[in-house]
Amino acid sequence: MMADLAARGETPEVLFWVGCAGAFDDRYKRVTRAFVRILEHVGVNYAVLGMEETCTGDPAKRAGNEFLFQMQAMQNITTLNGYGIKKVVTACPHCFNTIKNEYPALGGEYEVIHHSTFLQQLINEGKVTAEGGESFKGRRITFHDSCYLGRANNIYEAPRAVLEVLDADLLEMKRCKTNGLCCGAGGAQMWKEPEPGKKDVNIERTEEALATLDGDANVLSNLRGVESTAPALPAGSNHGGSVIAVACPFCMTMMADGVKNKERESDVQVFDLAELIASAEGLNA
Amino acid sequence: MHFSFQNILFLLVAVAGFGLFFWQARKIRANILVGRDRDMSGNVNERLWKTLLVAFGQQKMFKRLTPALLHLVVYIGFIVINIEVIEILADGIFGTHRFLQFLGPLYSALTATNEVLGALVILAVAAFWWRRNVQGVRRFTGPEMRAWPRLDANVILYIEVILMAALFTMNAADLKLHGADLPGAFPISQFLTGLLPDSPAALHVLERIGWWAHIVGILLFLNYLPSSKHFHIIMAFPNVYFSRLVPQGQFSNVESITHEVKAMMDPSYEVPASALAPDGSAAAPTPFGAKDVDDLAWTNLLNAYSCTECGRCTSVCPANLTGKLLSPRKIIMDTRDRVEEKYNSPLVFSPNLYGKEAKHPEQEQLDKENHTLLRGYVTPEELWACTTCNACVEACPVNINPLESIVEMRRFLVLEESAAPNSLNVMFSNIENNGAPWAFSPSDRFNWADDLFVTEKTTVAQA
Repeated sequence: MMADLAARGETPEVLFWVGCAGAFDDRYKRVTRAFVRILEHVGVNYAVLGMEETCTGDPAKRAGNEFLFQMQAMQNITTLNGYGIKKVVTACPHCFNTIKNEYPALGGEYEVIHHSTFLQQLINEGKVTAEGGESFKGRRITFHDSCYLGRANNIYEAPRAVLEVLDADLLEMKRCKTNGLCCGAGGAQMWKEPEPGKKDVNIERTEEALATLDGDANVLSNLRGVESTAPALPAGSNHGGSVIAVACPFCMTMMADGVKNKERESDVQVFDLAELIASAEGLNA
Repeated sequence: MHFSFQNILFLLVAVAGFGLFFWQARKIRANILVGRDRDMSGNVNERLWKTLLVAFGQQKMFKRLTPALLHLVVYIGFIVINIEVIEILADGIFGTHRFLQFLGPLYSALTATNEVLGALVILAVAAFWWRRNVQGVRRFTGPEMRAWPRLDANVILYIEVILMAALFTMNAADLKLHGADLPGAFPISQFLTGLLPDSPAALHVLERIGWWAHIVGILLFLNYLPSSKHFHIIMAFPNVYFSRLVPQGQFSNVESITHEVKAMMDPSYEVPASALAPDGSAAAPTPFGAKDVDDLAWTNLLNAYSCTECGRCTSVCPANLTGKLLSPRKIIMDTRDRVEEKYNSPLVFSPNLYGKEAKHPEQEQLDKENHTLLRGYVTPEELWACTTCNACVEACPVNINPLESIVEMRRFLVLEESAAPNSLNVMFSNIENNGAPWAFSPSDRFNWADDLFVTEKTTVAQA
């Protein structure tokens, strides 16, 4: 805990910003713990704010409540500056974007990295090898780009580099990277019902993810939004244990709900990058 | 060189054509400048480089290969064939004939390139017409593509074909008239001469008709631009130059709120003089966010005049794809319609105000006052459907940012009208009271570590 460290007059190398989803959402708490296990495993000098952390203000800002956003931001900046924090890592692209891009104008300047980049660095340094745990060899994994990681901050390669180390069968969705389709939760949608329409965004995206994992050419050829000539995947004979990989708590919720809606929980799971790496590294408790 | 009635007429036509265009351009400039100030100066090299890549180099067009190649043909045709316009202007004013012929072999290369490009432009335009009217490419449809935008798109294609036809008429007649003595090379027109009459008098008239039709057509087209989506051929360049350089995820900071929040947290905080009105009172930042076009930044209005209604933004919008009302293109088109309703609209054509929408003067005045961008054009339902995913921003070939306008209008709804959907108000009060968007107690924030294996937990607590 940061407060304990500060009491001893120490400053951590990096502050792990847990985020509200990482702290309160039962599913994403597992990601928080997986990431902490990795941090412990490689011996990173880190700390968390614990109860001193509070919402970055991202949902308020996206929804137009600039006043509430700035109140939250200044409170957090006071805390972070008070501890002399220089470097922040977080598993939430929304916290990442807000602290990295929007806090500087309010007096909070830190080196902010997303856990996908952090994990990529650990892999490059040889500190994480993805050995000794669960094998993903031959399993199909497709990565769903988070808007706030991808288009918002141009981070497309780090999560893919992290997945690369799993030696799995990585498949790209037709709408990926800059063309990635939102899960439907950004811009404060997470906290409201969608407007009337034909379909929920997460269902549209889950259908694409499932069709990619299954190699369902018919579904893929009907997708709109990009003119792609990418050939359809061969129909999968065995897609047991396929994974939709995410790097964002909201994407996690939306994709998991989508998989549930499509009644595919038995053979398709949604995992965060940190969970996959912790599992491959044999760090599951 | 022989000076004649034709030269005087040409001079008058040219002056009128360019004069009218500058008169119109000034009105549009004034429309754009009703937007709020925003400092977009500096970073000249980075901006120029981006303009070179995105505007001149059409970088973002190439996300979709077929339209990119077709567009490239018309774009290069536009630029190269306009070199010919320099010659036409010189010939018209000084009564010369093919003024640029002193370039020698270079002139042959130029005329030959023009002819080949002219033919390719006709083919590309035909393909565009087919995509739009026969194939029915989906992104060319939608509720905002009403009668005028659909007509406008086709008018542009027809004008381009007429201009090219005029060019070929002129060249073919000239070639038949002068034969091998004609300077330049005409790889296409040489096959067209057979279609023309043999009488030199008729050929001369045809050459003149082609010449006049080409230049008058260009001047008319120039004056059609300010009323058309085709204005993008000019506005794309400043629009890309002045587009944002910061990460797409970074939303603008509202400085007036920053001063207010700082003053709240620290009563001794003094609002800097630069943020005060000249009389010393706090500068009235009213309203927060945008209700009407003049509450948007000038760059947002520049966006509206740069839009060519291609619909790439809407075709990748997750809300629109799943049947919601939101269409980023509509937001941009509404902005242009509204700024012309409220401010300068007496362009040569003012098509949005004709037909069904024509009004009595009293109604027009009422609409000018009450028909604001928010609610008059854009409904809150559209705005709340946005996931702020930046797909529209990424997709736009000329760096238009519909998301900024959407967020500005959300700010108005929330900060000025407290008109957020109820569930969002619940989220706001959760953040205010619990420091999290969900209704969890802040004292439970560290509970995730309880399930971490015990030895680790102490490590975490100590580390």
